[in-house]
Amino acid sequence: MSQLSGTVLRVRGLHKSFVAAGRATVALNGIDLGIEGGSFVSIIGPSGCGKSTLLQIMAGLASPSSGDVFCEQMRVQGPPPGVVYVFQQYTRSLFPWKTVERNVAFGLENIGTMSRTEIASRAREMIGLVKLTGFERHYPWQLSGGMQQRVAIARALACRPAVLLMDEPFSAVDALTRAGLQELLRSLWRELNLTVVFVTHDVDEGVYLSTRVVALTRAPGAIAIDVPIELPAARDQIATRALPAYLEYRARLLAQLFADEGLKSVEAA
Amino acid sequence: MTYTRRSDRLSAEDTSAGVASDASLPARRNWSWNTRLIGVAFIGVLLVLWEIAAANAIFPPMSFPRISSIISTWWQLVVSGELPGEVLPSLWRMFAGYFIGVALGVSLGLLMGYIPFFYNLLEPITEILRPIPSPAYLPIMILFLGIDDEMKIFMIAFATVFPVLLNTYSGVRSVDPIQLQTARTFGVYGRKLVTQVVLPASSPYIFTGMRVSLAVALIVMVISEMVAASSGIGYFILSAERGFKIRDMFAGVLTLAILGYILNRLFLLIENRVLAWHYGYTQQRS
Repeated sequence: MSQLSGTVLRVRGLHKSFVAAGRATVALNGIDLGIEGGSFVSIIGPSGCGKSTLLQIMAGLASPSSGDVFCEQMRVQGPPPGVVYVFQQYTRSLFPWKTVERNVAFGLENIGTMSRTEIASRAREMIGLVKLTGFERHYPWQLSGGMQQRVAIARALACRPAVLLMDEPFSAVDALTRAGLQELLRSLWRELNLTVVFVTHDVDEGVYLSTRVVALTRAPGAIAIDVPIELPAARDQIATRALPAYLEYRARLLAQLFADEGLKSVEAA
Repeated sequence: MTYTRRSDRLSAEDTSAGVASDASLPARRNWSWNTRLIGVAFIGVLLVLWEIAAANAIFPPMSFPRISSIISTWWQLVVSGELPGEVLPSLWRMFAGYFIGVALGVSLGLLMGYIPFFYNLLEPITEILRPIPSPAYLPIMILFLGIDDEMKIFMIAFATVFPVLLNTYSGVRSVDPIQLQTARTFGVYGRKLVTQVVLPASSPYIFTGMRVSLAVALIVMVISEMVAASSGIGYFILSAERGFKIRDMFAGVLTLAILGYILNRLFLLIENRVLAWHYGYTQQRS
């Protein structure tokens, strides 16, 4: 939340290759990307294009083969403070032995400057923010998938991060729950002045949520197109998705992905 | 393990409900053959058979007294304070050794699971020491530690270390990498990572090891007391046998059976409380 403008995360000349079964695979091939403070950037691409790997490297959870990531001018070598990561697999990321409240407090307890009562009140505030008041004493596995992912979001936001990195966070829930989570995320992003980097394979989700969509090519992943989304800030699941501008963005990005998959020749773009 | 037992219980209740709802059966057969009561009744039948066999002197009555006389002897020994007087020092040795062993096993298991150096250093010696039956190194222990409590506590601790160590090690190795990554993104490292994530995540494994070790501790306690002691339940049993107090001897064995049963029950009670999340979590995922 420290700043609203300027580049908070910068990726420079990033390459990543893996060695599996004696063969080297290039996952990411020369990525340059700057994330502006306060923006909502979606990274889309075909499965296996390395978009999750890119996010993990930005989070300091994986290291690049070459190239650098900078967070607020500091080179990222481990998880940087002020950046939190929300995993796709909420059932595995939430701690099943901790109640909702204690899960949300997990990051806060590590800061060391907050008193017990401060932690508890912040945790309850965050639980309220994701509309789970009344479930503080539940265990994550007693909740539905959508509720669990809300717990994970509350846990991430409790530390008041500047940047939220999300790896396909809504891909494991049903369509209706997903729409609800999208609304929640949009409103939290606006209220809390967050910067969000959101990995998804869903073009619609990317366009609907974001201020910018970056599409990667098939592996080895490189940036195919980088599209600023200039839709009205107040978005609506039905009205926004019917706007001509929305449909145009969608068609352009889909055409890019399809072309990359060899499904259809690029005409529109 | 406990999880399967739970579901066994559940299905047993299900079938009993099924039998009970079958109206065509006569009322007496209604209460189910599938509850634990049947097992308790079976023990009762065996005891009656014992009583009959002893009354008819099928085995020499000298070494095979009636169960009723054993139970009444047991009761007298309990009331007179003689048996409690033997059990208390035994329990003290057992728990002292057990807790030392568990603490060591958990610590070493964590070290080996976390730091490859410690795994490489300790794995071979673990595999060499672990298969030695405890009675085999008892004489060595007597040689170095004498016949007092230190020796017995050491013996018990030594034997209980291994099950806890091996299970803790497997538990640490099987912590979900996503949980570890989650902790990393929140800047949780080192000791905090161990207490907040690694230990709770591997606690189901640790408890399995602790349960095995509890049985081992009881065994080693009795053995060490039989070989070298002037008090304790193991000593009591052996000296009763040598003094031809056969009923006392059986009463001692009966005490051990009761003790083992109570210890296991207590352990399950604690385990069910501590690992309640684990049963809920695994049930929800399956």
